[in-house]
Amino acid sequence: MKTAVSALELLQPATLDEALRMMRDEGSLVPVAGATDVYVALNFGTLPDRRFIDLSALWHSLGRVVREEGALRIGALATYTTLARSRLVTRQLPMLAEAAREIGGVQIQNRGTIGGNVANASPAGDTLPVLAAADAAIVLRSARGGERRVPLTAFYTGYRATVRQPDELIVAILVPPVHGRQWFRKVGTRAAQAISKVVMAAVRPPGGSKDSMRPRIALGSVAPTVVRLPRTEEALAGGASAAEARRVLEAEIHPIDDTRSTAEYRRRVSGNLLERFWRETGGETDRDTGGDPGGEVHDRTA
Amino acid sequence: MRITLNGSPIDITAPPMARLLDVLREECGLTGTKEGCGEGECGACTVLVNDEAVCACLVPVAQVRGATVVTIEGLGGDHPLQRAFAEEGGAQCGICTPGMIMTALTLIGPRADGRAPSLRAVRQGLAGNLCRCTGYEAIYRAVRTAAGASAGDVPDVPDVPAARSGA
Repeated sequence: MKTAVSALELLQPATLDEALRMMRDEGSLVPVAGATDVYVALNFGTLPDRRFIDLSALWHSLGRVVREEGALRIGALATYTTLARSRLVTRQLPMLAEAAREIGGVQIQNRGTIGGNVANASPAGDTLPVLAAADAAIVLRSARGGERRVPLTAFYTGYRATVRQPDELIVAILVPPVHGRQWFRKVGTRAAQAISKVVMAAVRPPGGSKDSMRPRIALGSVAPTVVRLPRTEEALAGGASAAEARRVLEAEIHPIDDTRSTAEYRRRVSGNLLERFWRETGGETDRDTGGDPGGEVHDRTA
Repeated sequence: MRITLNGSPIDITAPPMARLLDVLREECGLTGTKEGCGEGECGACTVLVNDEAVCACLVPVAQVRGATVVTIEGLGGDHPLQRAFAEEGGAQCGICTPGMIMTALTLIGPRADGRAPSLRAVRQGLAGNLCRCTGYEAIYRAVRTAAGASAGDVPDVPDVPAARSGA
């Protein structure tokens, strides 16, 4: 049963400071940006909240992607369309641009925001494995405590649960420079729109002398939250073949059966993706040439 | 609050969290915009807000204050896209058609380089609009025909098989 919207309250701050004061003083408020998740829940009557805060007036200050001390600072209100078109994102974090292009159709990409994807805390959120593999940090801000940074992997505490306090807003995502080849793959029922059955983002570090750097592998839709795969990463860093690492991965993840897929399918596809990632980013014997000559990342593997 | 709807200023009295879709249909009487899924999957409710295609079922009306909104009624009935959809068989039951055409507008609109978009671009551009009747081929053909017509050339549609009789 659709929620009756006439009973819903919407606060509309004009500035970030005003928004943070409302978050502190007005009791529990659900932030609304592109509304692409909030309205799905409202349309189906599954959202108990009745008080909302509209962040759309803050788009000018929180909707941009900028460089900050070598890192990318992605405003929480950056839409998927913004991410897919951003020169900084396509050059420094192409796997994020790729993920953005595969979320929903253009209508969703024009409205949905990366801050919303992070805040919604779905295990199937498509940008989350990218952010996990990139060692991103979530920037939270409150009127009480100013700004704090939480590594993405520490941001989620369980299914749909995060460390965000009720008075905090996600204002940005910080992504340090990523060295190596980036790889992203989403597996769903169709090319567009579908919610992921499995989604993987991974980084293969440059070869040669820097090969002590571990590969970084993150998976969505195989656990209550997005996960990194430290044991699998360790195996590959230690010289395991992709086939050996696959066995480590299959023991490391604990997917479930749900409406979109089965645990067995997810485990198998995750293994396939791992082997594919390793093959497409240089294979087993390519360790001396896997690096990016310019130190910049411009490989994009679909 | 005031918006510009299909070129004319209009005052809206709906509560702030009302869906743009419901305001258009119920308060403004513009029933061309359809509700399909109500969750942003099907694109039937697509309208343009400040020239961008959005699902009107997922937009709180408070967020379009001062914005320019265009619905299917804003095209007037004789737009090249509307003609092409009719002529190419791009519409059958009609529920998806207004949303298809509104999204297609952004593919052939003033921001394009004047050339007809590639079949791939049309397919990707319309990925957020579902049609359960046509099988899409006639829709893609209609969009490319309209784009070609407005750019003054006939689009080349090599990837689209001709309509099969009796299929």
